[in-house]
Amino acid sequence: MTETKEAQDVVLRLSGITKRFGVLVANDAISFSLARGEVVALLGENGAGKTTLMNILFGHYTADEGTVEVFGQPLPAGLPGAALAAGVGMVHQHFTLAGNMTVLENILLGTEPLWGVGRGRAAARRRVLALSRDFGLAVHPDARVATLSVGERQRVEILKALYREARILILDEPTAVLTPQESAALFDTLRRAVAQGLSVIFISHKLHEVMAVSSRVLVLRHGRLVGEVATAETDRPQLAELMVGTEITPPAPTEARPGATLLKLKTVSTPARGNRTGLRGVDLELRAGQILGLAGVSGNGQGALADLISGLETPSAGSMELAGTEISHWSPRAALAARIGRIPEDRHRTGTIADFTLTENAVLERYAEPPVARRGWIDWSAARRAAEQVIKAYDVRCPGPETRIRLLSGGNMQKLILGRVLEAQPMIILANQPVRGLDIGAVTYVQERLIAARDAGAAVLLISEDLDEVLTLSDVVRVICEGRLSPEFPRGSKTPAELGQWMAGQGVPDAA
Amino acid sequence: MRLDPITSPSPARRLGLPALALGATVLVAMGLALVAGAEPLATLGLIVKGAAGTKFALLETLNRATPLIFTGLAVSVAFRARLWNIGAEAQLYAGALVTVVIGTQLGLPGPLALPLMALGAVLAGALVLLGPVLLKTRLGVDEVVTTLLLNFIMALFISYLLEGPLKDPMGMGWPKSPALPKDARLPRIIEGLRLHWGFALALLSALGVWVLQTRTTLGYEIRATGLNAEAARFAGIPVGRVLIKTALISGGLAALAGFSEVAGLKGNLTADLSPGFGYTGIVVAMLALLHPLGVVVSALFVAGIFVGADSMSRAAGVPTYIADILLATALLFMVLAILLTKVRVVRG
Repeated sequence: MTETKEAQDVVLRLSGITKRFGVLVANDAISFSLARGEVVALLGENGAGKTTLMNILFGHYTADEGTVEVFGQPLPAGLPGAALAAGVGMVHQHFTLAGNMTVLENILLGTEPLWGVGRGRAAARRRVLALSRDFGLAVHPDARVATLSVGERQRVEILKALYREARILILDEPTAVLTPQESAALFDTLRRAVAQGLSVIFISHKLHEVMAVSSRVLVLRHGRLVGEVATAETDRPQLAELMVGTEITPPAPTEARPGATLLKLKTVSTPARGNRTGLRGVDLELRAGQILGLAGVSGNGQGALADLISGLETPSAGSMELAGTEISHWSPRAALAARIGRIPEDRHRTGTIADFTLTENAVLERYAEPPVARRGWIDWSAARRAAEQVIKAYDVRCPGPETRIRLLSGGNMQKLILGRVLEAQPMIILANQPVRGLDIGAVTYVQERLIAARDAGAAVLLISEDLDEVLTLSDVVRVICEGRLSPEFPRGSKTPAELGQWMAGQGVPDAA
Repeated sequence: MRLDPITSPSPARRLGLPALALGATVLVAMGLALVAGAEPLATLGLIVKGAAGTKFALLETLNRATPLIFTGLAVSVAFRARLWNIGAEAQLYAGALVTVVIGTQLGLPGPLALPLMALGAVLAGALVLLGPVLLKTRLGVDEVVTTLLLNFIMALFISYLLEGPLKDPMGMGWPKSPALPKDARLPRIIEGLRLHWGFALALLSALGVWVLQTRTTLGYEIRATGLNAEAARFAGIPVGRVLIKTALISGGLAALAGFSEVAGLKGNLTADLSPGFGYTGIVVAMLALLHPLGVVVSALFVAGIFVGADSMSRAAGVPTYIADILLATALLFMVLAILLTKVRVVRG
């Protein structure tokens, strides 16, 4: 390990990569190089071209122009196997593991010869153990993947790449699913990896992680490389500005004035569905004029809670009270009638109907009531007026109300949903991942609207996997883990690390 | 080769490609005629002439299109909601059966008999589809299987009735029902022309379905359910109830085909009342891209091919099953054309 000090030799070089999709230029003459033993952060908003660039590197797309060189050798275009064979390993956001197989089997999958099953298993096992020790990737080789936590599965993915002798590791938004503690462990692994001469490309849009882990930052915006700075010589505001193109001021909510409890859950449980966690004896109070932020690692019961409040799910035990009255019949319609505004987690699958026009989508939750409909007949001019009102008041950029909503960007789609929800002047607002996948401009807009709704007296439940978002917006924070809720923590009373303990299920009940 | 989605197809693409599909179908027809040893252009001319060249031919085409409009509408209404009703054939026979029973057994006067027969038929067809849709919404049973298999059950049930309780005693042993009395039959639209009011009812139904789909909350619910059931449910649309209502409408429409064939054309029920109108309705609906007014056009097109091919076959000696092949190629080309309005084939 003494030869790794020649840190400047280039292991990967992209020259003039251009990729067009119709009129859209996804990558515009992007050139950069990666040296041995460094972590380069690839920073950019959604749609900036990060994923396209990595797909070109991996041969999933063919670049219109430009070349890729790995260890000095040009990489043939359009062959997904070539990058792997050349020593590039990628850990995707969505893992590609077989749940019913063990860790070792997953790592060996695709590397073993077709004939002679099980030969050399002992040697392989020793290698995996050695790798996991050297890189600080603690995971048991004989554990079945289905039983592992998300953080552990990610370690298996990294081990898989290392086992195949990857010298360049690409990690796509690796911390999106991790607790702060797990993220810290991952960063430690990355440091060990570069110390052993590996090179890492770290794709992210979280500035503090980029600052913490990288030595160099590349910023992509609208398909162009707009900045290349050494991490030591920059700071978060500068990176944010490079990323967005303008200066950004995050919303700073004023002091909340909480009022009456509008929605109360009393030891509510819901059944687990498939591999989705249900709620287990949850007590929850949503108060007027207050944003309650729910933090937690994804898949810990957030979906069940959101479905419950949306009206899609009913409690299997416990009870719900709306402004002091117990709910007897519960459905999406009942939730809407109770003036609960719902911003769903998945705007494509549940929030909108892709082939409906903006008008049709704008009235989706009140298509059957005046002024949109009378006695079963729809007044399309009234519906259109409602849509135009939302488009105007919520700055939805679109060709017009008769456009099919699938043509809109995620941010504009989300603004339409937000407008649909807020125009109904809800008492209670469920905002499930309201800014996921939006660019920073849209993020700030949506967050400010939620704060304004709070100030107008609405009770807001904000569900987010982004701890920063929860901490910025929430007046009270609760953490969900395995279907159970932590106590309420007032704004500023817990550090991210302490909340991380709760997210990992190691919270101490008497610490509240 | 890769497919890139087209977000907003140009009018040229949306209209040109289906026209191209039609052109390709015509070319195939000419090729087939050539293979059969006939003059391609003349054969084509004979099909067109046979379908619409004379008053008699045209009326024959309209008559043939009538049940296809009903079954096409039945299929298009259901498919819009992603309710895969493959059982229009069974619903048609259920409608025909109830039409004959009410018309021959109750002895009602004409002005009362006809509306009651139609109503009874609609209810019967709706009920036949209600079973499969309840199984789907309650137990998750695949309606493709249940509706398809009900076609065979219904066909055997009709055979049994025609050999047994419903057999015409004066029928010289033929398996057919007694004939409807004169005033329980649909009159002709214009005296002396062989076209009955069933055709007008079909056009009216198409208009009705179009208004339902575009102007009413139920139509909105049906379309929302079909396009994205999960979002529809989230928005408070009772998806299960919408499917049941859709099924009642679809089954009722298919049953009207049976009513109109029996009361307007045949006058009695036989086991060969429908040469697969229920199945052809699927082709009709697909060719019309599920648009209710388009169903009228595509039903006329399909009926024209059948009637025209019949007549051409007598004159040119090309077998009539050229009609089936034409229909199949028209559908395949149309499906391809629809795909190509949505995606573009890109090399690389």
